[in-house]
Amino acid sequence: MAAPASPAGRPRLASLILQRKTLVIGLIVLTVIALLAILAPLIAPYSPSRLSVVNRLKAPSERWFFGTDEFGRDVFSRTIYAGQLSLLVGAAATALAAVLGITLGLMAGFFRRFDGVIARIIDAMMAFPDILLAISLVAALGPSLATVIVALGIVYAPRLARIVRASTLIIRELPYVEAARALGVPTWRIMTRHVLRNLVSPILVQASFIFAYAMLAEASLSFLGVGVSPEIPTWGTMIAGGRQYIGQADWMMLFPGAAIVLTVLSLQLVGDGLRDLLDPRLRKDL
Amino acid sequence: MTRYVMQRILGMLAVMFTVVTIVFIIVRVAPGDPAAVMLGPDATAADIAGLRSRLGLDQSLSTQYVLFLGQMLRGDLGQSIFLNMPVLSALAERAEPTFFLTLFSILIASAIALPVGILSAYRRGSLFDQLATTFAMFAASIPSFWLGLILIQVFAVRYGWMPASGYGGPDASFLERLRHLVLPALALGIVSSALITRFTRASMLDVLNDDYVRTARSKGMGEWGVVMKHAFKNALIPVLTVVGLTAALLISGAVVTETVFSLPGIGNLVVSAVLRRDYPVIQGALLVIAALYVLINFLIDMLYLAIDPRVRY
Repeated sequence: MAAPASPAGRPRLASLILQRKTLVIGLIVLTVIALLAILAPLIAPYSPSRLSVVNRLKAPSERWFFGTDEFGRDVFSRTIYAGQLSLLVGAAATALAAVLGITLGLMAGFFRRFDGVIARIIDAMMAFPDILLAISLVAALGPSLATVIVALGIVYAPRLARIVRASTLIIRELPYVEAARALGVPTWRIMTRHVLRNLVSPILVQASFIFAYAMLAEASLSFLGVGVSPEIPTWGTMIAGGRQYIGQADWMMLFPGAAIVLTVLSLQLVGDGLRDLLDPRLRKDL
Repeated sequence: MTRYVMQRILGMLAVMFTVVTIVFIIVRVAPGDPAAVMLGPDATAADIAGLRSRLGLDQSLSTQYVLFLGQMLRGDLGQSIFLNMPVLSALAERAEPTFFLTLFSILIASAIALPVGILSAYRRGSLFDQLATTFAMFAASIPSFWLGLILIQVFAVRYGWMPASGYGGPDASFLERLRHLVLPALALGIVSSALITRFTRASMLDVLNDDYVRTARSKGMGEWGVVMKHAFKNALIPVLTVVGLTAALLISGAVVTETVFSLPGIGNLVVSAVLRRDYPVIQGALLVIAALYVLINFLIDMLYLAIDPRVRY
């Protein structure tokens, strides 16, 4: 049942969002995590790189909420600082995947002459397991923060391209697109104003899942030591660092891992909620 | 139908050709000279020139591509720089742990996901359904390597019930080697069960309201028979697809999990190849795994044809 409309349309959307419990929970958790990461310099009780050898491997307590690591650094401060980079990599990789995926998908769907080649490239790219393709790309480009973002952007672009292509193939045949063409509207304008605007919902839903996958993949790459440098705190590098102290100080890997789980879970809740909200036909559990 | 099968085979070959091309490009986009990168900073100019000529890097890009295609057609994946052996042999040598890890993970994932998914759909909206849906979402959010470390901490370090790492050494019995796979397979299986649970539930919900299920019930058939014989049998096809694809994707999970548990499998081989810039091994592993994925996809399509009378082309 549609919620009451308003002239501005905003209260209607807000009430629709509020009706979806999972979406609200996902958005709240994600906002809290993002705020903790952004405001880390204000919230963190210690500098993430402050060494204190006398306080090494201390268990969680009132003084060190998440304990300390092998160099006596505060795990809580490092976890919220690491959130900055982990979220940045996820968001940047998603943005790059969106730009590449939307461009390829629109070109394949709109111009028949490109379709065969692009569709085949999409199929071939999807045949590579994501982590394997990502580490191969990072190996080829050289490990750094930027190459991890580029690699993950390339790995996840085909998922969006496939959705955009399929929808464009349908939309380009609709009467209003034909009418726009007959009126002499330039192709790029038809693509952006008439086609892309109708694809916002599926793109948004897919982007939230790609964000989640990209964060998991970044953590895996950092853990394997083929992503960002081990000195840079991300949740993945923190878990890798805690691995050898698993018997003595399991908090070193427990808390950054829990941060990944919470973030990915909230992104999935947002993705599922958006899917239900924006396109009921795409619901997975009808 | 024969025409459809032929079309699918041609499509599969076209995708494989593109896969080979992408792999060729990935290794060539490396900034700088791949031979110099592989040999490290201590290599002499003569060493680098030698490796360049051995890998064919001193020839034009088009010649390299033609040679590469020919090599792939012959099934020659090249020579590992660091292991000093053919890439195919290196992959074959490491295939056993990866194969069994994938097999056990998929068995564990299915053993969790199928009953949970079926019951969850059957009791839609119940507390069990809500718990199952939450579990599936939670499991999909856990990095498998983190779960692996937690399992090591609990079952190997704290209780000492299971080995923490390795594959039992060269003289280990088959059973001993399998024991080393329990924790890694659990870590991968639990994480992979998320997708299969969601698919089984959705697929069962689709068929539970179909006419033939209602007819079976109205004939007085017991609920167990209705669910398992009529509903599940029909829901199985999409579920099989996702189980098959999960098996292919598990190889990706194995890359990380094998490193956590120091299992000498293909995943571990790839990670050390990446760290040592052993491009022929990276290239070979990418090709073999992508080919497996394409092949599994094709086999699933063929399975559809064989088991579902509604699918006719």
